[in-house]
Order: sequence, then C-alpha cells, then structure tokens
Amino acid sequence: MEKELWKGNEAIAEAAIRAGCDCFFGYPITPQSEVPEYMSAHLPKAGGVFVQSESEVAAINMVYGAAGAGMRAMTSSSSPGISLKQEGISYIAGAELPCVIVNCMRGGPGLGTIQPGQGDYYQATRGGGNGDYRTLVLSPSNVQEAVDYVQEAFDIADQYRNPVMVVMDGLIGQMMEPIEWHEVPKRDLAPKDWATTGRKDRDHNNIINSLYMDPEECDRHNDHLAEKYAAMEKNEVRWSETDCDDAEVVITAYGTPARIALTAIETLRSEGLKVGLFRPITLWPFPEEALRKLAKSDHVKAFVDVEMSSTGQMIDDVRLAVEGRKPVHYLGHAGGVMPTVEEMVEAAKKALKEVK
Amino acid sequence: MTAKVTFNSDRCKGCELCTTVCPKHIVAIDQTVINRKGYHPAHVTDITQCIACASCAKICPDSIITVEKF
Amino acid sequence: MAIVYEKSKGLTDVELHYCPGCNHGIIHKLVAESLVELGLLDDAIGVCPVGCSVFAYKYFNCDMQEAAHGRAPAVATGIKRTHPHQAVFTYQGDGDLASIGAAEIVHAAMRGEKFTTIFVNNAIYGMTGGQMAPTTLIGQKATTCQTGRTKEQAGMPIRMAEMLSTLDGCVYAERVCVTDIANINKAKKAIKKAFQKQMNGEGFTFIEVLSTCPTNWGMTPLKAVDWLKDNMIPYYPLGVIKEVAPENAEVK
Repeated sequence: MEKELWKGNEAIAEAAIRAGCDCFFGYPITPQSEVPEYMSAHLPKAGGVFVQSESEVAAINMVYGAAGAGMRAMTSSSSPGISLKQEGISYIAGAELPCVIVNCMRGGPGLGTIQPGQGDYYQATRGGGNGDYRTLVLSPSNVQEAVDYVQEAFDIADQYRNPVMVVMDGLIGQMMEPIEWHEVPKRDLAPKDWATTGRKDRDHNNIINSLYMDPEECDRHNDHLAEKYAAMEKNEVRWSETDCDDAEVVITAYGTPARIALTAIETLRSEGLKVGLFRPITLWPFPEEALRKLAKSDHVKAFVDVEMSSTGQMIDDVRLAVEGRKPVHYLGHAGGVMPTVEEMVEAAKKALKEVK
Repeated sequence: MTAKVTFNSDRCKGCELCTTVCPKHIVAIDQTVINRKGYHPAHVTDITQCIACASCAKICPDSIITVEKF
Repeated sequence: MAIVYEKSKGLTDVELHYCPGCNHGIIHKLVAESLVELGLLDDAIGVCPVGCSVFAYKYFNCDMQEAAHGRAPAVATGIKRTHPHQAVFTYQGDGDLASIGAAEIVHAAMRGEKFTTIFVNNAIYGMTGGQMAPTTLIGQKATTCQTGRTKEQAGMPIRMAEMLSTLDGCVYAERVCVTDIANINKAKKAIKKAFQKQMNGEGFTFIEVLSTCPTNWGMTPLKAVDWLKDNMIPYYPLGVIKEVAPENAEVK
C-alpha cells in the first residue's frame, strides 16, 4: 500500500468518513479545528451531515440525537471543549448510545495553553460527567494509529452501545506523517433496532432515555452498565510492550511521550542498561493485569511513569497495578513542554541506582 | 339528540376544567364519590341535555372523557 | 353510535403524572391529535425536556428521545438533519427552553432547523418546586423570589416568541393558550400549521403555549385559569408573532 502524507487532525476526519461516519457535529477550538474544517468540506460529499454547533454542549447533544436515531455520530474537541461535553457524554453513556469523541488534548487547567498536553487522563478514564459510567478510551501515539483507532472506534462504540473516546495529545493532531490506508478489523454488529427512526410498522415506540425514577430500576440499569464495562475490561484491553522481557526499569507512557521513550530506551540499551516501555493503548480499560505481571517479575526493579502533566495522572493507575511491589517514579511536564530523551535516560538511571 | 359521555373516573383528578366549558352546564364534580386517587371525579348531571359538543372532553387534561352520539 | 371525541391515538394509555388542572395534558393531546390528523405519527420523533414534562416520552405514542436540560433543540437538530423527511418536535418548558437552553433554541432557530418546538410557558419552574423562571412575571411570587420578582433584582421577563421571531430562520411563531374551547381550537390550528410548515421544509416553527401551574402558583385550577388570563396574556400577547409566507420561506 502506498504511503500518504497526512496531518493528524485531517487524517482522523478522513478516517471517520471511511469508517462510515454519518454525521459530525463540532465547534472550533485549537488544536483540533482541522477536524471540523475537514469534515465541513468532505463529509457532505460522502453523503453525511456536518453541522457547526453553537457550543461544545450543543455539539455533543446533536451527537446524542443523531446517535439515538441510529446514525454513526462523531464529535471532536480539545480539553476545555471536552469539559463542556461531559454533560452530554454522561447522558450518552446512560442512554447507551454509540458515538466517537476525539479529544486532541492541550494543556490546562482552564484555558491553559494551546500546546499539547495529557492533563485530561482523569477526565477521560474516570468520566468528567456525573454518575457511574465509563468511556472506552483509545490513545494513539502516531498518526497511523490515530487513523486506525478512529475507524475501529465506530465499531467498538456500536458493539457496546457506548461512547468511545480517542484521546491524543495535540502534537499528534498537528503533526504530519506518512500513513497507509488499510482495512481495520470489522466487527459483527447487531442491527440498531432500538433507534428512534419513526415507529412505522413497529409494535412499540423506541425511547432513548437515561432517566430511571424507580430506585430498583435505576439500580438494575447501573448493574447492566457495569456488566457491559466488565465485558469491555475483559475483551478490549490493549497495550504494547517494548523490550520489557528483561527490563530492570519499565517506563510507562502513552501518546507522544511513549514515542520519545522509544529513543530513550535505545540510548539506554546502547549503554547496556535494561530498560523497556509499557504503553497502555486503551487508557480505559487500563491494562492492569499486564502491568501487574511485569511488577511481579523479578527482573523488573522499578517503574518510571512519564506524562505530559506536572502532577501525573496515569501514574495513579500504574500504582494501582503495581500495588507497591516496586517503586514508581515520575517524570512530567505541562504547558506543552515535552519530556526529553535526556530526561528519560536520567530518570531511568536514577531509578535503577536507587534499587541497586 | 342522544348522547353518551363516558368518564374514566378512576383517572379523574377533579380539576373542574370540564365544568367551565359545558354550554349546557351539565358537567359537575360529583361530591358523593371519591375515586382511587382521592379526588371527587367529574360527571354529567343530566345526559338528556347533552349536545355531544365534546367541549368537556377537549379541555380534559387527562383525556378521560369519551363522547358519543346516536 | 358515533364517537365524537376520544383519547387520541397519538397518546399512549399511560396515566399522566401532572397535577390536577395542569395544562400540559391539554397541550400533549393537541400535539398528539395534530400528528395523527396529519398522518405523521408513525414518522414522528419527539424530544422531551427536563422539567415537568420530563416523562413526555411515556405519553406520546411515537418514538421519543429524552434530552438533557435545555438541550432538546440540539438533540432535535441531530435527529432532523439525519432524518430530514421525518416529523421532529421538541416539547419544552420555560425553565428548560428560556433559561438553561437559551443558546440551543436561539441557534436552532437561527439555523432554520426544520423541526417544531412546542414551548410551554407557565412562568415558573414546576418540577423543582416553583422557583423563579426567566418568564416569571414582575411581582409574581416564586420560591426563589418569595416577595415577588423585581425588575431590579432579576430583570424583565423574556418573551421567547418575539425574540426568536427576529431570526430569519424562524418562519412561524405563534403564542396561544388553552384556557377555553376557542383558544384550544386556535392552539391546535397553530400546532398543525407548524407541523405542516415543517414538513414543507419552510424552516423553524415555534408555538408558545401559555399554561397554568396551579400547584406552584398556589391556586385552584380554575383560579389559575383566571390568573393566566389576567396576568400572563397582557405581558405575553396571544396571536401570530411571525409568519413568513411559504413562497418567501427558503424551501429546501
């Protein structure tokens, strides 16, 4: 397959169109605006619907309406805009509607910066909206993965009737890279016989709703959602390991820092230091078991979590997986400042020194 | 004219709106009855005067009134 | 024996939860009857709000979506844009539409979204317990303005039909009430016309229905009707606020 040079955000939009996205509702915000721009120009030509909404709140509720009416619906935004979408995401999860949400993350809090960031990990994996719900969160670390995951996200969303988020730092959205358009795995999907498409010959009305006034009914609904999340945890966990088989120090990182870490590992290995990379691909469900297995390995002495965040957020999940078996160190920057190869090398060496 | 007005009295909330629109003033609250909701339901006091205009039914917020004519 | 009037097939058999004398039930059936009479029921997709009519999805006998507070026009936009040949409506109260959902309704009207909004204005928040709404009248008591709304503290009440009429995308806005048979007939005519204009693809259509809230106004249903006539209609005048002739509407 021939390689093509694509900008991340535009590639994501094109990927969605190729995945059969019926409609896109979006609002401008840096650094994701190329997604709605591309969609406005290309989705209608492919027979789809594009609406620029008055706000992120409206966009996610347009997604709710269209998804509830059986459409493959999508929206994208960047961190502060994703905050605004949380209300709708909670309703979409509660009403069990499939949709794809892309967060091209920038730094925060508040307006923060338009530079890349990873400060929305909690928001994505814990749910920024109200109630007990989860969104499946895919995190690409390059444009090719972004393209592949966005296409898969529609099928995953449809299979579970649940929102799927593709979360990437703004660097991936803004970066141009060569990619290949190849087939992504397709799933067997049930017909959307629950959608509000007009009753016509049906003997019942279809209702899209997240309200359950009867306590026991609401309890049952939440149990049903919990079962679904358990199924996702069982079936959908993804991660990648690089040089972890004999690693004494394991760097945990996702997105762009994971890419930088690959160079750091090469450098460290060339100096004879056994360092590997554990990269969660699904941030939720987090690859807890796989990481715990590493934590239990005798050869692993320490972990270094690296994020584009000053406090670290994924580090909580790393610690939960490691369960205190090995020390977990942290390296991170916010504001668009990238953790460098040199810093990672130094952090890994320091971690190793402490345990030797 | 022979008319028939049927009230689904169990669902009546006794709001009295129907009593205000009857041109013959034959729709009233039946103070002798308490329905399962605890309200005095509406009824027709003299069906022979009913002209089957269905005004009572049209204004009934709970759609509990059916009007028929022969 | 001929049936002169019976419960509309456009409503389910579920018992309404509304308080005695609440006008929601009357407005529900006018919408339901309109959909049936226009042959649109099987094609209809309704969107209900948060507020007293939050359970409208149980009452309308068609496909329904329950929206977040104020977001019904955005939800309806998502539905109608992807299902342009179906009858789509939102059913919203004044807290929902004129307060938290003010942006969504304004922009749906601005875009000329081809759905119909039934706006039930009872000048108060009903379900949450009678708090002041943007539509609460000056001097009217509510649980968050216990000595009556003042202009100084809360500004003047908002007239949504007039406001939306300034937008080109809004092709039809009428204010009606359901206090008596003549007004009920007018209200139904307006609702039917709105759906017809929607199905003709003329643009955004908006019917504001003044409604009583006996419980939160602290009145009997009959006193509430009088209060509506004496206080609401002078500030919220009935009638067609805007109607663009079909030949001038941008039919697509």
